[in-house]
Amino acid sequence: MPTPLKIPSCQQRHAAGLMEDETWVDLLKEKKDGCDLSHACRPFNPQTYSGASHCTTAELNAAVLESHFLHRVATEVAMETGVTVKEVKEEARSILEEMSQNLQLGFVRLMGFVLTKVLKRIFTGVFFNMDGLNTLQQAVKENPVILMPNHRSYVDFLVISYILFTYDIPLPVIAAGIPLAGMSIVGEILRRSGAFFIRRSIGSDKLYWAVLSEYVRSIVRGGFAPVEFYVEGLRSRTLKSLTPKLGMMQMVLEPYFKSEVFDITLVPISISYDRVLEESLLVHELLGVPKPKESTAGLLKASRVLQEDYGSMHVNFGRPLSVRQLCEGRINRGHYNLIPRCRTHVDLVQSPTAQEQACVSWIAHRVVRLQEQGSLLGPWPLMACLLLRAPAAVLTGEGLPWRQLREETLWLRRLALDFGALLKFPGQWNNVCCLFSVSDLHRSVVQRKEGRIYLVEEERDIPRKHPLSPEEGVLRTAAPLLMLAAYQNQCLHIFVRPAMLAVAARIAGSTQRDELLAAFCFLQVVFSNEFIFVPGRSHQDFEEACSLLEKCGAVQADRQEVTVAPGGQEVFSFLQELLQPFIHSYQVPRSPFQVLTEKHFLPTVRNKATNLILSGDLGTYEALSSDTQKNALSALRRLEAATKLRNEYKVNLAAVRRIGDALCEWLDRNTFIVLKVLFITASNGSLKAFFFSSLSL
Amino acid sequence: MAANSSGGGSSDRQRTARQRLSVIAGHLQRPADGDVAVLAAECKAQEADVSGEEKTVPRRRQEIMKWNGWGYSDSRFLFNKKGQAEFTGKRYRLSGMIIPGLKDWFESTFGASLQHKTPATPILNSSAVPPPTLNEALVEELKSTSIPFSHDAEDRVFRAHGHCLHEIFALREGKLGRVPDMVVWPNCHNDVVKIVELACKHNVCLIPYGGGTSVSSALECPREETRSIVSLDTSQMNRILWIDEKNLTAHVEAGIVGQDLERLLNESGYCTGHEPDSMEFSSLGGWVATRASGMKKNIYGNIEDLVVHVKMVTPRGVIEKSCQGPRMSTGPDIHHFIMGSEGTLGVVTEVTMKIRPMPEYQKYGSVVFPNFEQGVACLREVAKQRCAPASIRLMDNEQFKFGHALKPQVSSIFTSFLDGLKKFYITKFKGFDPNHLCVATLLFEGDRERVLQHEKQVYDIAAKFGGLAAGEDNGQRGYMLTFVIAYLRDLGMDYYVIGESFETSVPWDRVLDICRNVKARIVRECKDKGVQFPPLSTCRVTQTYDAGACVYFYFAFNYRGLSDPVHVYEQVEHAAREEILANGGSLSHHHGVGKLRKEWMRETVSDVGIGMLKSVKDYVDPNNIFGNRNLL
Repeated sequence: MPTPLKIPSCQQRHAAGLMEDETWVDLLKEKKDGCDLSHACRPFNPQTYSGASHCTTAELNAAVLESHFLHRVATEVAMETGVTVKEVKEEARSILEEMSQNLQLGFVRLMGFVLTKVLKRIFTGVFFNMDGLNTLQQAVKENPVILMPNHRSYVDFLVISYILFTYDIPLPVIAAGIPLAGMSIVGEILRRSGAFFIRRSIGSDKLYWAVLSEYVRSIVRGGFAPVEFYVEGLRSRTLKSLTPKLGMMQMVLEPYFKSEVFDITLVPISISYDRVLEESLLVHELLGVPKPKESTAGLLKASRVLQEDYGSMHVNFGRPLSVRQLCEGRINRGHYNLIPRCRTHVDLVQSPTAQEQACVSWIAHRVVRLQEQGSLLGPWPLMACLLLRAPAAVLTGEGLPWRQLREETLWLRRLALDFGALLKFPGQWNNVCCLFSVSDLHRSVVQRKEGRIYLVEEERDIPRKHPLSPEEGVLRTAAPLLMLAAYQNQCLHIFVRPAMLAVAARIAGSTQRDELLAAFCFLQVVFSNEFIFVPGRSHQDFEEACSLLEKCGAVQADRQEVTVAPGGQEVFSFLQELLQPFIHSYQVPRSPFQVLTEKHFLPTVRNKATNLILSGDLGTYEALSSDTQKNALSALRRLEAATKLRNEYKVNLAAVRRIGDALCEWLDRNTFIVLKVLFITASNGSLKAFFFSSLSL
Repeated sequence: MAANSSGGGSSDRQRTARQRLSVIAGHLQRPADGDVAVLAAECKAQEADVSGEEKTVPRRRQEIMKWNGWGYSDSRFLFNKKGQAEFTGKRYRLSGMIIPGLKDWFESTFGASLQHKTPATPILNSSAVPPPTLNEALVEELKSTSIPFSHDAEDRVFRAHGHCLHEIFALREGKLGRVPDMVVWPNCHNDVVKIVELACKHNVCLIPYGGGTSVSSALECPREETRSIVSLDTSQMNRILWIDEKNLTAHVEAGIVGQDLERLLNESGYCTGHEPDSMEFSSLGGWVATRASGMKKNIYGNIEDLVVHVKMVTPRGVIEKSCQGPRMSTGPDIHHFIMGSEGTLGVVTEVTMKIRPMPEYQKYGSVVFPNFEQGVACLREVAKQRCAPASIRLMDNEQFKFGHALKPQVSSIFTSFLDGLKKFYITKFKGFDPNHLCVATLLFEGDRERVLQHEKQVYDIAAKFGGLAAGEDNGQRGYMLTFVIAYLRDLGMDYYVIGESFETSVPWDRVLDICRNVKARIVRECKDKGVQFPPLSTCRVTQTYDAGACVYFYFAFNYRGLSDPVHVYEQVEHAAREEILANGGSLSHHHGVGKLRKEWMRETVSDVGIGMLKSVKDYVDPNNIFGNRNLL
């Protein structure tokens, strides 16, 4: 089977000078020490952080348990709950036992050996940028390092450790979800490969927080090992970057805030896949099929996915960021001068200072943005964008002409390059077999037949006894469409700012810069769960959007106005259509309910969406995705149109009515409605009230 | 440890000493409320028969001291023709000795080379000194008082600076900024009263000048000052007026320099025990005005603990307390308006200080630790048990190596054999890493038995932190380094190396963090600012307190290839100070604020604090006669 870019001579030629003079090395090919086994047994002499206090795992754990901080928290908890300090400490010890890693080189070797076998089987190549790795090699010597990869697949988990092992860089300890620890044998292997395990919902368990934060801080402070964690918190099921979680971020940054280390180095790492192993699993989760519990048996069952080809994987080590530099002018470390070191602001006033919180959030968002920017994209995500423009019925029915798709893909490639995207071998896309092989790789989603391309509807495992119910039909089409949408999501970050400007232009119905900016900011507020916007940078984002559109010749901008350039309409409407599904999906949860319990929210909305699709009122299947629905709900809450009371969501009727009238017309897809957005910005700068009035063009 | 100064013939010195003793004896016989008129008469008599040469600090300081560097003219480091370092003169223990290790250390630490010299301008070019702006009316009236004064260029230039790097660097290049227009040498309290009255009457700016060892730009003449600037040199007010053996106090004129005070008291069997590193040159008045700290403060206390009574002349008149009660509850202590006022409110003229009988026995010592962390932990424990010796200092690894490089040539094969054995024992047998180990130097004082007991206690604590006793010699050399290090800076400046020290105080739990972060910040800033060679960035913990410690940083770099080295230096020092403050360190432990650090005063003492200080200044000196513009 031809796989993408598998023309060796071609690949090598490009590997040398791929992009921005970066050298990509294939981990599977360029191994220094011959066979997999001897590689796994290679001598490992990493150069560690110069200020590291060399201690064993057991010493580290003992130090955590004996820390002043934990002692104090234990005493407090004992006071509050009425048990003895000793008992609380015993509990702390068992929490730590459940949590702590037990990094052993031998197991990394074993994992490395198995991993090579697996990787070789499923991927044609595992590429990483040598320059990034060299910088990292230097960085680990100077300061404690935090590795921050994105999380798209379970495969991510140990690949980084393996690369570092190969290049004599200290192995990281990795934050993982507690379910992984529950897998028999595998959990223990992961633990010994450096994983430490964090409970999913910690809530207000003071002792747990204390143990966890002291554990993480001790590792960072003492330079025990690089810490690796997923700032997005979980594996993104939509393949889109998730809003970063701040708890862990706060913990790793705190040693700097408290001046316990000179600096901390953050290394954003972008991992991208041609094809994601879990693609169908993800989609089913989004459609409400519960995620299978992580278990060893499940893992073995899943081994059938290893029979397939998944193209290649790219690991892009980003430029290291100095926390010290990031915090300049944002954090006044002097704030800690008047409290004892074993205390933090977190436990003095129950929450970090506003300054600190803002800084943590800003840094986390920036890292996610850098992860996005560092992701290497093949043609497939762009093709997915273009395929999704066609109505579902067309894709499943008569299909799209291949030729048209190919030309549009090449057109979009140019636009993406103009927008600064990091594309994979963009020079080769003209090559006939290149795009062919891409579609072949994704034959679980699309198929090429007689010069046309069709969507592959999901096959049912069980032979059909009775005809499909309409609802089942919707689901059947939804699965491949959501897969397409997920792949499209991989490249949305390139287009989202210009796209929002394009939509803002429509909403504002004006070419005035300030009005456009206002509409742009409004959209950012609405979609801030959907896309990653670095807080407090709306203005720069807007300027960036303008300049990108100007660069590709779609708009003409001056100080007062931003107008669509002659010939820019094509780009403009493409961008507007790109956001269309999100705008439509967001209307669904707003319509029919007033009070909903948390448990019933998703099923209710999903049913409603299914009905709308069946009745033809809703054209976008993404409304069925639980992630989108949750994001929409968050947006509603942010806009104060919905409030959460214990486990119930209450809708602010007045706000909804205001929004509702206008939004109903959005559902009417036959005519475009321009929403005139007028809003009053409250004195504190947050958007308080929105008034929509609709004008028909 | 005072330098064994041998300036002047020994017979002369004995004569002076005898004379002084008789004067003191005279005071003691007098009733305690000694008549001011009598004292004043005595001042004059002394002035009549004592010529400048017999005092440690003559009026024309430039005759025995460098005009553009540290200390005595006859004492300096140099690389001789063989390329070996030696220290000239006869005053110090190190004088006349060869220091074989210094060249290698110097070249390898800084990347400096003996081929690349940056010699100083040898002689002050008097014509480059701007002519004085004299207030004629003041000059006339001064003449009638018979208080000596001068507007000689050399005298004025000498009093236009302290010993900050930028000040000395400029002098070496022959660059002069604003200098005082006139120097006056009051002889006693009453002279100062007269001078201050005249200054107020004629609206001139007075800048008190004691030892001239400031490292805070405190002596720099403010550029914006348009009035005539008069430098008030207190060096001639250098008598011990009386010693009270019942209460163990001495009443001393504030211009006396540390070494004279100690020597004179020693002659009667007493000491103050106040020994700041600059004590050879710094004056009692300067100590009070900057809140000085002495190395033996663990036994004797810092200046605020030593002072019983102070007299200060201000534009509003003389401020002093009415009695010598050892402690008072009479509102805020007015001494604390005086101490640390840095010459902005008036001139300290006389101080009553606690004295102690001279210690029977002194013993140096040293302890080697496997690393700095252990060393700090040990110091903390010593402080916790409140058993700190007279002095305890912990040098980091770089300073340990520096101290090692300063070992003079050993006289016998036996000593060098012993040194080799010691080194073998510590590094090979005990497994200390020579690149991590650090050393604490100790000084014990008291009666012999107790010193030995105390010594054992401290060494026992040290052993708990992996410390090994490393002998008296190492300890003593550590303290000697304190006195010669300022001379070493001049040597560095001959070869493209500039540097300085600065200090802070910090709670115990932040000591390690501040040391690491400030040193790292210095290295990073040097790199960012284009310094071509890695800097020397090192620190030591020099004082312990119940709740924290005083930390000293030394920082020096090779400036070859930089167009404006002093500016780079200042940027790095500024960054280092920011780092200190961010790490919970104080703005200064004992150097003071001056003009160098006043930008941080507001955040240090809060808006209200600044307001309080301002209102005191406004009341005491509404016309800003004491216009050195320090502090606020």
